[in-house]
Amino acid sequence: MNTRNKFFDYWFPILVHIACLLPIPWLILDAWRGNLTVDPIRGSILRTGKIALELLILSLACTPLNNIFGFKPALRVRRALGDYSFLYTSLHFAIFVSLDYGFDIQLVLNELIRPYALVGLIAGLLLIPLAITSFSPWPKRLGKNWKRLHNLVYVINLLAALHFILVVKQGVTEPYLWMILIIFLLVLRIPPVRHFLSGFFTH
Amino acid sequence: MIKIDPSEITPKPLYLSRRQFIGSAGVVVAGALALAACKGNVPTVTTGTPPSAGGTTDELGDPLSSFYDITHYNNYYEFSTNKEAVADLVADFPISPWNIEVSGLVNNPKTYTIEDLQKFQPEERIYRLRCVEAWSMVIPWIGFPLHKLLDEVQPTSEATYVQFTTLYDPKDMSLQGSNLLNWPYVEGLRMDEAMHDLTLMVTGMYGKPLPKQDGAPIRLVVPWKYGFKGIKAIVKIELVNFQPSTTWMQTAPDEYGFYANVNPNVDHPRWSQATERRIGEVGRRKTLMFNGYEKEVASLYVGMDLKKNF
Repeated sequence: MNTRNKFFDYWFPILVHIACLLPIPWLILDAWRGNLTVDPIRGSILRTGKIALELLILSLACTPLNNIFGFKPALRVRRALGDYSFLYTSLHFAIFVSLDYGFDIQLVLNELIRPYALVGLIAGLLLIPLAITSFSPWPKRLGKNWKRLHNLVYVINLLAALHFILVVKQGVTEPYLWMILIIFLLVLRIPPVRHFLSGFFTH
Repeated sequence: MIKIDPSEITPKPLYLSRRQFIGSAGVVVAGALALAACKGNVPTVTTGTPPSAGGTTDELGDPLSSFYDITHYNNYYEFSTNKEAVADLVADFPISPWNIEVSGLVNNPKTYTIEDLQKFQPEERIYRLRCVEAWSMVIPWIGFPLHKLLDEVQPTSEATYVQFTTLYDPKDMSLQGSNLLNWPYVEGLRMDEAMHDLTLMVTGMYGKPLPKQDGAPIRLVVPWKYGFKGIKAIVKIELVNFQPSTTWMQTAPDEYGFYANVNPNVDHPRWSQATERRIGEVGRRKTLMFNGYEKEVASLYVGMDLKKNF
């Protein structure tokens, strides 16, 4: 892949930003047209949650895409993907508290103590410092610690998939597939695996 | 490790505008969703008679769910685990001819055709349906009380439970080819529950023959229990002297019990049952004890520990 291609270098991040924002007009349009199932509140909670998870996993895929496949532009969108995941996580939580539970704090707390909700809440809370420090001047200010802090995204990915697993009923396999993908992307980071594969793909 | 300057990653104008955007997007989405939840859906069924019901509310004054909603949000694992997908997947499911065998501990075992059951004089009953997933609808069913059928076959004095079985037809019910659940689906009621006048064998809905996605040609409706007790596409009703082992009890015994009475005080192990969303509404309602049929059925469970017998 010719990553020196100026045209591609310029347009790739912009396209990623557009792709990350498109789900919002898509959600509004579907809400307007009644395409969010007969339970649009649940439908929108599920959709924003799933988009948040997918973006989180995409951000996790960026490093191996660069290290193993030599796709350097992935690194330029890694943080943006994480930030957009935080945006959809916030929407997911906001709809849950507002449209679903009508800001009834008692009911919200009663639900938040359930394991599925607690796991999701922790994942979401952990995303907050990452989202904040992804903007300047934090990366420079934190130096080496910035990377350490942002390694939390490994844990957050696992928690997010677990949150999905805990909420589905028996027989729904989709969240397990996401979990397997996350574990796979984490395994790709183990140095011997990474070195073996990067040698394999770049020669 | 490749070093990247932080400023290289997100163009500055983009992330600045993004901050404003995050704020405004929340407001816009919330508004649109609130509108969507309030908006009534238009039924798309154009064949046959239009849906009509004798009443417009349940006895508590809550309006009927729309025909569209009742026919496009179905838990029917024989076809799909996706509630929205079932409506399309049932199109080729053959429901005629159809026989129901009533057997076991009865004096007059009999196999009925679906047409035979017309003699039990179908009537409209507007019931709340509360799903174990914490959503609910108000549905104008058409059917007859199960006790009319049981009276005809005459259960013997040994019969203590009724066991219901769904058709086993992996060719037409595609997920029966998987090991998702132990097929065919089995449900059960205690004798006094089965004989209760609220317990309905349903063959129609909204003044029309029962749509396939809702369990045609015949299903069970027990309005004070969670929806999964309402077994669909029934082919066999057996009177037995043991508590039937139901499909969901086999699948997740810690989550689904035999009784499955709607109870806001007994939570599902993974989520609360204290509230529910009435389909079509924003927010949640408090779930009523026995789904609002406490007056009629509480006497069946006097002295029983409903937390243990969930």
